[in-house]
Amino acid sequence: MSLITKSKSSEQAVIKCESLYKIFGDNPELMLKKSLDSVNAKEFQDAGYVVGVNNASFEVYKGDMLVVMGLSGSGKSTLLRCISRLTEATSGKIFIDGEDLLSMNNKQLIELRRNKMGMVFQSFALLPHKTVLENIAFPLQVKGSSTEDSIKKSMEMVELVGLSGRENYFPRQLSGGQQQRVGIARSLAVEPDIWFLDEPFSALDPLIRKEMQDEFLRLQSILNKTILFVTHDFDEALKLADRIAIMKDGIIEQLDTPANIVLNPATEYVRKFTEDVPREKVLKIESVMDPLKKSEKLSNLKVPYDALIEDVAEDVLSQSKPVGVLDGNQKVIGVVYSSKVISVLFGKRTSNENKNM
Amino acid sequence: MNYFIKYPKLSQFVILLILFSLLCILINPSENNFLWRFPSLIAGLPHLINDSVSYLMYDFMPIDVYDPEIEEYEERPLIKEFTRTLSGVILFCIVFIREILIGGVKTIVFFTGWDFIREHKWLYWPALPWTVVAIGTIILGYSLRGKGLALLAGCATMYIAIFGQWEPAMETLSFVLIAAPVSFALGLFFGVLGYKNKTVETLLNPLLNVAQTMPHFSYLVPAMVFFGVGDHAGALATIIFATPPMVRLTMLGLKNVPSEVVDAGKMSGCSEFQLLYKVLIPTARRDILIGVNQVIMQCLAMAVIASFIGAKGLGFNLLLALNQLRIGQALELGVCIVLIAVVLDKLSLAWADKQTDYFADKSFIERNKYKLVFLAVLLFGFLLAYLGTFIFKEGFNYFYIIPHNKGITTENFWQAGVDWIWDTFFFTLKAFNEFLIIKILMPMKHAYLSMPVVATFLLVMGVGYIIGGVKSSLIVGGFILFIALTEWWDRALITAYMTTFGVLVSAIIGIIVGSLCAQYKISSKFILLVCDTFQTFPSFIYLIPVIMLFGVTDTSVLIAVIVYATIPATRYTVEGLRGVPQSLQDAGSMSGVNRLQRYIRIELPLAFPHIMLGINQTVVFALFMVIIGAMIGTDDLGQYILKALSDKKGIGNGLTLGLCVAFIGLAVDHLIRTWSIKRKSALGIL
Ligand SMILES: Nc1ncnc2c1ncn2[C@@H]1O[C@H](COP(=O)(O)OP(=O)(O)OP(=O)(O)O)[C@@H](O)[C@H]1O
Ligand SMILES: [Mg+2]
Repeated sequence: MSLITKSKSSEQAVIKCESLYKIFGDNPELMLKKSLDSVNAKEFQDAGYVVGVNNASFEVYKGDMLVVMGLSGSGKSTLLRCISRLTEATSGKIFIDGEDLLSMNNKQLIELRRNKMGMVFQSFALLPHKTVLENIAFPLQVKGSSTEDSIKKSMEMVELVGLSGRENYFPRQLSGGQQQRVGIARSLAVEPDIWFLDEPFSALDPLIRKEMQDEFLRLQSILNKTILFVTHDFDEALKLADRIAIMKDGIIEQLDTPANIVLNPATEYVRKFTEDVPREKVLKIESVMDPLKKSEKLSNLKVPYDALIEDVAEDVLSQSKPVGVLDGNQKVIGVVYSSKVISVLFGKRTSNENKNM
Repeated sequence: MNYFIKYPKLSQFVILLILFSLLCILINPSENNFLWRFPSLIAGLPHLINDSVSYLMYDFMPIDVYDPEIEEYEERPLIKEFTRTLSGVILFCIVFIREILIGGVKTIVFFTGWDFIREHKWLYWPALPWTVVAIGTIILGYSLRGKGLALLAGCATMYIAIFGQWEPAMETLSFVLIAAPVSFALGLFFGVLGYKNKTVETLLNPLLNVAQTMPHFSYLVPAMVFFGVGDHAGALATIIFATPPMVRLTMLGLKNVPSEVVDAGKMSGCSEFQLLYKVLIPTARRDILIGVNQVIMQCLAMAVIASFIGAKGLGFNLLLALNQLRIGQALELGVCIVLIAVVLDKLSLAWADKQTDYFADKSFIERNKYKLVFLAVLLFGFLLAYLGTFIFKEGFNYFYIIPHNKGITTENFWQAGVDWIWDTFFFTLKAFNEFLIIKILMPMKHAYLSMPVVATFLLVMGVGYIIGGVKSSLIVGGFILFIALTEWWDRALITAYMTTFGVLVSAIIGIIVGSLCAQYKISSKFILLVCDTFQTFPSFIYLIPVIMLFGVTDTSVLIAVIVYATIPATRYTVEGLRGVPQSLQDAGSMSGVNRLQRYIRIELPLAFPHIMLGINQTVVFALFMVIIGAMIGTDDLGQYILKALSDKKGIGNGLTLGLCVAFIGLAVDHLIRTWSIKRKSALGIL
């Protein structure tokens, strides 16, 4: 994991926020100035202001998926809306591909949205008077593409999200899951680099939600977009995220890989949040791997170094001999002992183990 | 005593009543006692309005205009020139539509001149044969909703044709077809403006409130002053009258567009303009089309009343018939107007409910089948009309157009009916009439008129205070202060007395009928349908049958008021009672109350705030009707508005009187609304 992060820091961030603030109220600028950069949500609330985003700084790199997590009202949507400039940030800086988003004029902003951004909404937000195909073609038509081109492109999108045969339906004739597929297809129609998703699966029932998550991972494996994904479902975050940002009262409490968030919570709040998360869901084989000893006899089973413990535990435990760990080039680089796996699955969390990471 | 402590409002109210009675007794009725009647401090307001208007019309900003007649530049005031041009444009549009429907030469004259027509006698714009218009309406009805609506449209057009009212009906229609689209466009424009801009919205809201409580007549006077007399003036008054509900519904509809849909539009890269036309308006389509329906209904109601300032059509004929007391004819005309109203209402509602179909897979024929059928009908109609020239050799070609009053008429039948009623029930009716006037109306009127002005203020502001605190008290006080300072306080009291009487009776009837009908689903549906239908009738129409029965008296007006104003009372009672949550009703049934107890203890209290909103509507309806009743002779504010119409300098009086009526309505509206909202939130059903 660390290897990957290092290689990325040399290239330019696709999204970059620097001490971003969003405060709701009558005169937020003045209020912010008075607070001298130490914004306290409670004090602001007493003064009749609501803190949406509080001093957020982070970067997202190409092909990365950052999942923003937090309870209701923690400011996730507000953060997303600031970065898509659906609301104006109160202070701070946002760079999209190195360009200053907040200094763009209306025209530049529209250009940016037409070419680089796509967004999926919790309540789907489809246009009720347009069919599936027309909804998907909408961003293209707004952009001024020819009808022929936009229909062709939209048909591709319909196929991509698996709605073939329903392109002439109206939104009201579709189920929630299908409507959200349309929402996804629409947001992808202009082939954006950046993909915003605000709780896209929250309005769906659990079975459909799981199906849509798998679908989403499939799409991402093909498309490799830079993604900002908002959810309040921790399982969903773990399943999808490269990195997770946990928000509380507008503050990003911690921004890290799922494993680090679970194993090394930065604040008490994050610790509470992640307490009940089964660690096999976030830990990879890497983290319980021991160095290879020459003399040792290994089982025939081999597991990749980046497999989640959850996924391979059963196989590893069914072996009588230690299991070899493969790196990306199918070379054995270490071994896993069942005892370690068992301790992750059933053992108490110890500080010692944390250091292992 | 405990009772008073438990209900502080009740004790406040009792104290208020005691004070009120004391004031009534103590204050000495004399012209010079300002506690009895306020001096009319703003009696000058009408003059002020008159002067400013005539300044605007005749002296403000003269501009040079080229006059082709005298081939010279002439100095003319800007506003007058503007209104003249506007009148011209509107008039041209009306005549144009009218001639499409019933033929004529004026459109051609407009482009060429009368001389040209005289030289070319053959030049004449042919009318659409009435068969084409009739079948066209049927096709439209069928395409929008299906057989039922087609049948209704068919019957209506047949009736109009057969009874020889085709021409005036088309005149009225041409009037509506111009006024409605203009109102629609204006309403949409201001609605969008109000949606986009908070300041505009706060400015618009009070204006809309006043505009929607001003009686129809008040729109006629300014229209006449600025635009003269004729179809165009009527159309312009109609446009101003019909626009406010459109503005309201547009703002409402746009506000109801889910914010995520707006965001989705923005993220798709819409510009402001694209967002409005491709996202906001289509998504708010239903509300906006309901607005169109309102516009059409208002236009039709006004089209009848606009006959006072020279608009042609059914309304004009109706007015004539009423003046000559030709009840039978008035009745036929009334039915025509009602039929047009119902058909237009149903057509526009069907349009609003219709979801646009996606035509991707359909062939050209399938996509345009209705248009093609209409084209066929058009050809067929002209062919038939041509054949008609051979069949009806002399006289009129009934396949082409049915001339005015050359159809069948049932006038004599109705006249005989009326005579029979008069002969048979004369004494009963007369007795009832006299009883009502002598025993109820006169004493009531007298009581109202013998209220000292301070006592009235105390009562109204006191009720305001009890309902909504100091703020409400000041608001309603402000409204009636305006009236008290004009010279028409006594007239306003008479209007108030008639309205009160009408509202009381309407409310009682409405609540009883509504409660009975609300017991069963089927009867609720039925009564709502009846209310819907009656509500589409232009208010004017209600006067016809009552004049038939009671002649031209206060009783007639009051009965018309009661019939008209009972509609909202009934409707809201049914809606309110049906809207009581089932769980609460079940809870009542479980605790073993019987039907009547459940009604009195559970349903009625819960439904009452909603019923009060109905009473609110009842007040507005009653006020409108009382004012319209002036046409057949009452001595309230309406009579004076009517007089203003025939007065050269009537605009000041007309507007001020209109404001008086509006303010009575707004004061009541404010009180009831405030009460209803408080009560609803107290009951937790908001
Ligand atoms: N337009 C607004 N005006 C005032 N306050 C706002 C506005 N939008 C959001 N807020 C406030 O900002 C805070 C953060 O809201 P936000 O919508 O970002 O929460 P969220 O994390 O997305 O919650 P949820 O999971 O419910 O969507 C909340 O306290 C909310 O009340
Ligand atoms: Mg949210």
